[in-house]
Amino acid sequence: MKCCQCDKEATVHLTEIIEGQMKKIDLCEECAKEKGVTDPAGFGLADLLLGLGASQQIEDAAAGGQLSCGACGFTHTDFKKAGRLGCPDCYETFSEALEGMIKQMHKGTQHHGKVPRALRKAKDLSKQRTSLQERLTRAVGEENYELAAQLRDQIKGLDAHPTEEAAD
Amino acid sequence: MNLYDFLSTTQEMAENRGPHDHVVLSSRVRLARNLKGHPFPGRAKKSDRVEACELISAQVAGLASMRGGYVESMSSLQALDKQLLVERHYISREHAAKSAGSGLALSKDESVSIMINEEDHLRMQSILPGLQLKQVWQKIDRVDTNLEARLQFAFHDRLGYLTACPTNLGTGIRVSAMLHLPGLVLQEQINQIIQAVTKLGHAVRGLYGEGTEALGHIFQVSNQMTLGESETDIVERISKVLLQIIEHEENARQTLLKNKTTELHNYVGRAFGVLAHARIINSKETMNQISLMRMGTSMGMFPTLTLAALDELFLISQPAHLQHLLGAKHAGEERDVHRANLLRERLAGVKGLQLPK
Repeated sequence: MKCCQCDKEATVHLTEIIEGQMKKIDLCEECAKEKGVTDPAGFGLADLLLGLGASQQIEDAAAGGQLSCGACGFTHTDFKKAGRLGCPDCYETFSEALEGMIKQMHKGTQHHGKVPRALRKAKDLSKQRTSLQERLTRAVGEENYELAAQLRDQIKGLDAHPTEEAAD
Repeated sequence: MNLYDFLSTTQEMAENRGPHDHVVLSSRVRLARNLKGHPFPGRAKKSDRVEACELISAQVAGLASMRGGYVESMSSLQALDKQLLVERHYISREHAAKSAGSGLALSKDESVSIMINEEDHLRMQSILPGLQLKQVWQKIDRVDTNLEARLQFAFHDRLGYLTACPTNLGTGIRVSAMLHLPGLVLQEQINQIIQAVTKLGHAVRGLYGEGTEALGHIFQVSNQMTLGESETDIVERISKVLLQIIEHEENARQTLLKNKTTELHNYVGRAFGVLAHARIINSKETMNQISLMRMGTSMGMFPTLTLAALDELFLISQPAHLQHLLGAKHAGEERDVHRANLLRERLAGVKGLQLPK
């Protein structure tokens, strides 16, 4: 097998899976060294095929360019370097880039488990309110004004007992 | 408050026992939490960190479960103090490197410890001897519930508790147990076990967590995934896995006794010989030999010795504990001499291997 960069005999054979597609490449020892293939962490097939820096650009493009967090100024590059996020808001800022990673890392992408009590209360309340509101709309539509008045009072009752501020 | 006036003695610590402690050294649950609207500690400026640390420390100190506890800034602890806390598994090695802007809180009975501004604003853990995962989860769950009434945590509807590293996202829970598995190591079954446990989505690490060696045949098993499953499900799943590992370890020890009797007695007897007679010994060798004696003791080979006594020896022969006990700073080589002296002294009354006729 010949090296795909020059015509020498290829001794390094690489396979990388990018977005579900398998790409293969064959290199001679010199070309491999030149492309930094000996350092597995610093190598991407995209770099090799499209020139150095390409994989970074592709990733940045996928992450929406040099996105930075409005709350803490963290950038996608910072995240790649540190492996940590800057602040809670970063999860919104980088949600697209994080999605695949989170899916791979965890059992699911939806939290099951403990919810802070204040939020749980607020959530229950808003659920209750939505359901009352729906019934009210229906009652009005059906011209059942007696029921509508009752429902309206119930909603007022809920609003009169505000719970702690709901986050996010 | 002086840290050493507060901390229990190594003897008190070792005498605190739990179920299945011939295999399970301790059970631990830690929760990661962060304050809403504050940058994570790794990103925060020093002034932000100091501010967050003071805010959190004050609220932690006010908890009923922390009454009579110890709350301090990391800047007021000496390097040796921090190392000693690492040896007791109250703080991580990463946290030991922290200073101003980071803090530590310990409950009076030392079963709850809280790291402030480690990787996350709060890393709170409960630790108990033996297999008691449900108990440690309930304990730390209560602390968390009481704290959330005083502090507003960063929480996302879909992603749960938000953490600096996405690997802790969701529940922010790490459930782990420290396991003593000399039988599986000697039977060369440990790699199979590690592979099986890893396949189930759990992590296996060494004595001091990530990236550390399995000294003294001690392995830490913990959950890896934190999002998509409830805390109680995670605790139950790990508990089941642990019970199986315990059974495998017990079987391995019995098989050794039955099929490789002389080899087993040779390992344990030599360990005793080294510990009872060495004049110079480093902490690594000490841990590995104590480990073998511990297994022998649990199998009745040293009738006058208890697991508690060996667990205490294990603790005091570690660098910071030894140095604290000696009361003065000693270079590594000198320490190895003192360690050997201490071991000989402690094992002086112990007769050699007692074998059934």
